[in-house]
Amino acid sequence: MSPVHFDEMAGRGSGCRDAYQIFKHWLKTAPQALLEGRREEAELLFRKVGITFAVYGDEEGEEKIIPFDIVPRILTGREWGSLSRGLEQRVRALNLFLKDIYGAREILKAGVVPQDLVFQNPYYRPQMNNVVPPGGVYVQVAGIDVVRTDEDEFYVLEDNLRTPSGVSYMLEGREIMMRLFPDLVAQQRILPIDNYVNELLNTLKSMAPEGAPQDPVVALLTPGQLNSAYYEHSFLADRLGIYLVEGRDLFVRDDMVYMRTTQGPQRVHVIYSRIDDDFLDPLAFRPDSILGAPGLISAYRAGNVTICNSPGTGVADDKAIYSYVPDIVRFYLGEEAILKNVPTFRCRDEEGLNYTLAHLDELVVKEVHGSGGYGMLVGPHATKEAREDFRHRILANPANYIAQPTLSLSTCPVLANGGLEPRHVDLRPFVLNGRDGVRIVPGGLTRVALKAGSLVVNSSQGGGTKDTWVLSE
Amino acid sequence: MLSRDADSLYWLSRYVERAENTARILDVAYRLATMPASYGPTDHGNEWESALLTASAYEPFKAAYSEVTPENVIEFLVHSDANPVSIRKCFENARQNARAVRGSLTSEMWESINGAWLEMRRFKTKDFSRDQLPNFLNWVKEASLRCDGSAMRTMLRSDAYWFTRLGVYIERADNTARVLDVKYHVLLPREAEVGGGIDYYQWAAILRSVSALVSYQWVYHQNLKPWLVADFLMLKQEMPRSLAACYAELTRRLDEISHLYGRAGPSQRLARQIHAKLANGRIEDIFQSGLHEFLREFIDDNNRLGAAITDQYLI
Repeated sequence: MSPVHFDEMAGRGSGCRDAYQIFKHWLKTAPQALLEGRREEAELLFRKVGITFAVYGDEEGEEKIIPFDIVPRILTGREWGSLSRGLEQRVRALNLFLKDIYGAREILKAGVVPQDLVFQNPYYRPQMNNVVPPGGVYVQVAGIDVVRTDEDEFYVLEDNLRTPSGVSYMLEGREIMMRLFPDLVAQQRILPIDNYVNELLNTLKSMAPEGAPQDPVVALLTPGQLNSAYYEHSFLADRLGIYLVEGRDLFVRDDMVYMRTTQGPQRVHVIYSRIDDDFLDPLAFRPDSILGAPGLISAYRAGNVTICNSPGTGVADDKAIYSYVPDIVRFYLGEEAILKNVPTFRCRDEEGLNYTLAHLDELVVKEVHGSGGYGMLVGPHATKEAREDFRHRILANPANYIAQPTLSLSTCPVLANGGLEPRHVDLRPFVLNGRDGVRIVPGGLTRVALKAGSLVVNSSQGGGTKDTWVLSE
Repeated sequence: MLSRDADSLYWLSRYVERAENTARILDVAYRLATMPASYGPTDHGNEWESALLTASAYEPFKAAYSEVTPENVIEFLVHSDANPVSIRKCFENARQNARAVRGSLTSEMWESINGAWLEMRRFKTKDFSRDQLPNFLNWVKEASLRCDGSAMRTMLRSDAYWFTRLGVYIERADNTARVLDVKYHVLLPREAEVGGGIDYYQWAAILRSVSALVSYQWVYHQNLKPWLVADFLMLKQEMPRSLAACYAELTRRLDEISHLYGRAGPSQRLARQIHAKLANGRIEDIFQSGLHEFLREFIDDNNRLGAAITDQYLI
């Protein structure tokens, strides 16, 4: 009998897939004590380097490290090849969609995507209408969450086009694996990822507005120390050699953005924003925000500064839009989507609504604008009352819900309790999109559920990470 | 560099320095308080009160406590929430500032500050009891030495480093001036007692508080005399905590910054002015026209320099 879940190492049986041959052989000869020792060392290194994230509301540490598992998640070059082509295609299409939404709106006129999904979307920013960033690039950094259910079955779970985080874990995870297991790493050809920071810098620099100097001033805008991803912000600014600024470091004069420096005001040309749109500029968005800088959006609209990612990109990573991405790819590129979507039933359509209501015990139902597991029904695990309750909610406002079948996510072994045990994983590759094209470093952040059977890979709920290896062909 | 980063560097070193100074102040109080009663201060108020005055914490202390007892003063200066510059708060603030500029710090410096903060959190109230206090105060001084040493030994000599130095010397100058000023009040002797046993003990404690008891002997080859102690702590360049030495450092660091940036401003001019006053000063003249007045004026000048640095670079 084959196992319920596809395993990254064993596949459907008890054997070993090609990608893991060398690793498995190495593992057989590696003493248990060595593995345990290295695992502790890895944790120590993470703590020492200070790779932390903040947990809101946690009074004690305020900084935690995300557990790191030393068994790598390994993909073959062939698997990565089709994944990366699919990622590139998807990001290009989503970017064209944004350009269209804030411009000519052809796709709405053609009736491919319903108007109200855009105009009533909480992330739609009318302030961005007819504002075209350099090269028409709206999304510079995307994190596309991908899951696997079988040998050749990859699905996009979610597009993150606003401020996707986790790239520092990807980079540090590799560093630590190379330090702890140099012999293992040397035995196979793992494609490098450390050029990510150069690529990110090039991408950001390519976004400099007209008339900026050859070497434009780039700054990373952070909400500050209290933000859960602050470590990543300071890590990236440090590695890229760019300024780490908060809103209070910036001011706008004559539609130009300046930083306050010890040598007086200095002009800023490109801002890599890690702040939610709402908080960027109290004059344009939330008037009570103190995180951003007044006048920023006006400077952006005047073409004197580029904000990456462009404000308003959230409209394209919404759960409601997600189900239209295959249509979006077809509309702009005239191609079929290489990466599959998880089949999605839209309750706004009669057919979808009827199917959903008839199969509540099999489906996951989500609010289109919800996030982080809120406003969700996991049919197979829900009580009868909860399902009935949801039925009423859906009927009251069908357009607010979508439904998806529960997927059988792949597992990958982790080192636990002195042995290897399978745990569910997902993958977040980071796609860079500049004026001069799309760049993807081979790999991404593999997130892993640490509790047996759990599907929750989210770090704020006890998920961990692994290094992701892509082998050269 | 970003003004906010420079500001964080400046303040993180001020806070570390202040933690050490507060520890030194408490150390003096502790020593004087353990002196036999017959030598103890009588109508000059007690040493714990003077510790509060030196730390310029008398008013906030009075607002929080009804009585000046050793326990209350220790609590207030070491770890009270009511005191925004208690030793614990100083480490907390230093660490907070350090965290904001992780990118500008060497890993050694970050580890020393973060380590001090982590260790500080592990101390329990019983570690601050009177018999445990000296151990704790030694730890504070060592933690501060580690931070200062790691900065001196590992930081690139660029503006980031110079702003940390400015913080150290502004804070140190302020502290030395306050120690002298408060002792002047409490101790300035009725003529008859000058040179007596009590006097000796108290001036010695002052010197000890700035680790200068032995070096005093090396410089003057004389018994402790109030005007020489004042001379030593105010005008002697070779005494590293003296006002003159702090100002030699401050003018040098500010000049380094202005060279790098290609322009000088109000803070460079003011620092040079104050330094000149100290370099040309004679202790006889200062006593003649009033030590207390001189010190008050210096403390004001020093504050003005802090404000000028802030205006010119940090906001």
